Amino acid sequence: MKFILSIVFVFILTSYSFSQDNTGRVIPNINIKTLQGQHTNTSVIENDGKPIILAFWASWCRPCIQELSAIAEVYDEWQEETGVKLVAVATDDARTVRNVMPLINSRAWDYEFYLDDNSDFRRAMGVNLLPHTFILNGNREVYQQFTAFGEGGEVKLIEAVKEILEKENKKE
Amino acid sequence: MFLKQKLFIIALTLLVFHSKTSAQDFFNTGRISGNFQTDFQIYNEDTLIGAPKVPEQFLLNAFANLNYTHDNFSAGLRYEAYHNALQGFDPRYNGNGIPYRFFRYNNAGFDVTVGNYYEQFGSGMIFRSYEEKSLGIDNAMDGIRLILTPVDGILIKGIVGNQRHYFEKSTGILRGIDGEISLNQVFEKFSQSKTWISVGGSFISRFERDRNPQYHLPENVSAYAGRLHLNRGRVALSGEYAHKINDPSASNNFIYKPGNALYVSASYVQRGLGVILSGKRIDNMDFRSERSATGNDLQVNYLPALTKQHVYSFTAMYPYVTQPNGEFCFQGEINYNIKRNTLIGGRYGTNVSINFSQANAIDKSPIDDTTAIGQTGTLGYNSAFFHIGNEIYFQDFNITVNRRLTQALRSSFTYMNFLYNKNVIEGYQGYENIRGHVGVAELSYRINSNSALKTELQYLNTKQDQGDWAMMMLEYSRQSTWFFTVIDQYNFGNNDPDKRIHYYNLSVGYSKNANRISLTYGKQRAGVICIGGVCRNVPASNGWAVSISSSF
Repeated sequence: MKFILSIVFVFILTSYSFSQDNTGRVIPNINIKTLQGQHTNTSVIENDGKPIILAFWASWCRPCIQELSAIAEVYDEWQEETGVKLVAVATDDARTVRNVMPLINSRAWDYEFYLDDNSDFRRAMGVNLLPHTFILNGNREVYQQFTAFGEGGEVKLIEAVKEILEKENKKE
Repeated sequence: MFLKQKLFIIALTLLVFHSKTSAQDFFNTGRISGNFQTDFQIYNEDTLIGAPKVPEQFLLNAFANLNYTHDNFSAGLRYEAYHNALQGFDPRYNGNGIPYRFFRYNNAGFDVTVGNYYEQFGSGMIFRSYEEKSLGIDNAMDGIRLILTPVDGILIKGIVGNQRHYFEKSTGILRGIDGEISLNQVFEKFSQSKTWISVGGSFISRFERDRNPQYHLPENVSAYAGRLHLNRGRVALSGEYAHKINDPSASNNFIYKPGNALYVSASYVQRGLGVILSGKRIDNMDFRSERSATGNDLQVNYLPALTKQHVYSFTAMYPYVTQPNGEFCFQGEINYNIKRNTLIGGRYGTNVSINFSQANAIDKSPIDDTTAIGQTGTLGYNSAFFHIGNEIYFQDFNITVNRRLTQALRSSFTYMNFLYNKNVIEGYQGYENIRGHVGVAELSYRINSNSALKTELQYLNTKQDQGDWAMMMLEYSRQSTWFFTVIDQYNFGNNDPDKRIHYYNLSVGYSKNANRISLTYGKQRAGVICIGGVCRNVPASNGWAVSISSSF
């Protein structure tokens, strides 16, 4: 009985989730923190109607650092070309959260950073493994998402951003 | 399934279909997200490496999270299945069920959750409920949580509930309150200040009936903590102090001594440089929602290790585990970016990270001439707060240099020198401390825009324990989608010639958008897996392993 109920429930919810256009999912309103430790809300994540790369990472996650470092090398070009903004959400908990600020500064990354030390935002976005990167359109809706990062993986991100812009241009 | 779980599912389904005049509207504006992961393994017995015979031969862990969000309302659940739990996970997980489900409403500074939730007060020194699936840890609360933001800059949290204990719940009840105020946001006087200040305080209490026939145990055990965070320009300071009243329990050998903990950290940052110094003292702060709990069970607070979280196999082979009954730790780290186009920085710049950490015992002395230190039913011991104990538990000096050598070739080199007190960290007697060196070289070469090759060479040198190890890893990746990996770990320095074994592994992984699948075949050495200073032992294994994960 327990198993059947579970399966039925999962089926109902997933059939609705997959029948939806993935692009419609707006990022939920969740409390996060600034790097200075002030409480704020995910509603501050916006880019004047232009696409956003929302990257979930942690200071102890090697592929995450690889990904953010790889993007850093081309970020100026990306911004110039597409107006995209990268928002990086560190999921470090009490053990490593103090390392986030020194790491960001030593790498001289020019992204917008937030802390999600209780993983509320991570859970609400269905993030399981790190790195997990979302491409949001100008309405802050999820357009595409990627887990894992390998050499050259940053190209997929900017391609998704360009697809959004192409679609928006066609609409106009 | 418990009646409450059935009622929850029925209520959620009814709500989903009927809470709005039109269910279609509800789904058009509401959104579902979630994820799914399963890991399963086929085990072969291998007496040479100590891989036991697994009667089931095939073991599987799986979970699926579903979250529904509609305006200010959200609800979710997690289905978990362990048929049976993978080796290294507690067999009390065996079975399946929905141990996590919640409703949440959040509007205009009023945020209420009923059902399960994860929460922490401050840095978690007196309270943190969290999940770490890879370690088999999930101490989710089941009860009610209220978060209030009466004005910007003030946050108040209140919690009541029981903790999850595998597919059961703790008998102890937790009640707690936490408040934090950002002075710059609340007071006009501070609004223009360049110094950001926030202060916070928290209190938590556990109720558990005393049925001990021998001792009179406190039924209500409370803990409180205060914290301060200052930030001015490039400098940040933070600290938290916690105190717990006497709490005789299985983990402290039933002593009546109160506990306390202090954590302080200071950091300095500027473009290209980050420095951090931290210190921590813990004395008798193991806090569980049941007195009899041990291991990783029913932990109320979170006391992470103040040591570097290493990521390479050999630098992470001897990890430190927090000693909640007493430790004194220090850590310092410098991250520096040597500018590009300089003599030392090279054409592309160089990142250097230097880290040192050490953990010692706290000073302990007998309370009188006739009582042994830590004797059951007594006040345990005396301890001078700022007196560091002589015994070293752990020491780690490491340096990592990352440098891009050419447009296509990246490199990373790590050296680590460590001391590991096996008796204290693993709870044994009679072993000598393990001292060793680890060297790691990682090279990553982008063959063309579609494919890359990565290699890792690691060497661990020690005269103690299992002696020297060497490792080589080769990974070919294509379009950041396909991953082919070959690993060989060779314990060539083992004193026992029969145990000079190659632990080889072959794996292939495929990753597309938010979906990932990997297949691995080979031998896994026995060891400890740690995340956030919490660890679990993994027995040796030999066989096939598959991992599938997906997010939507």
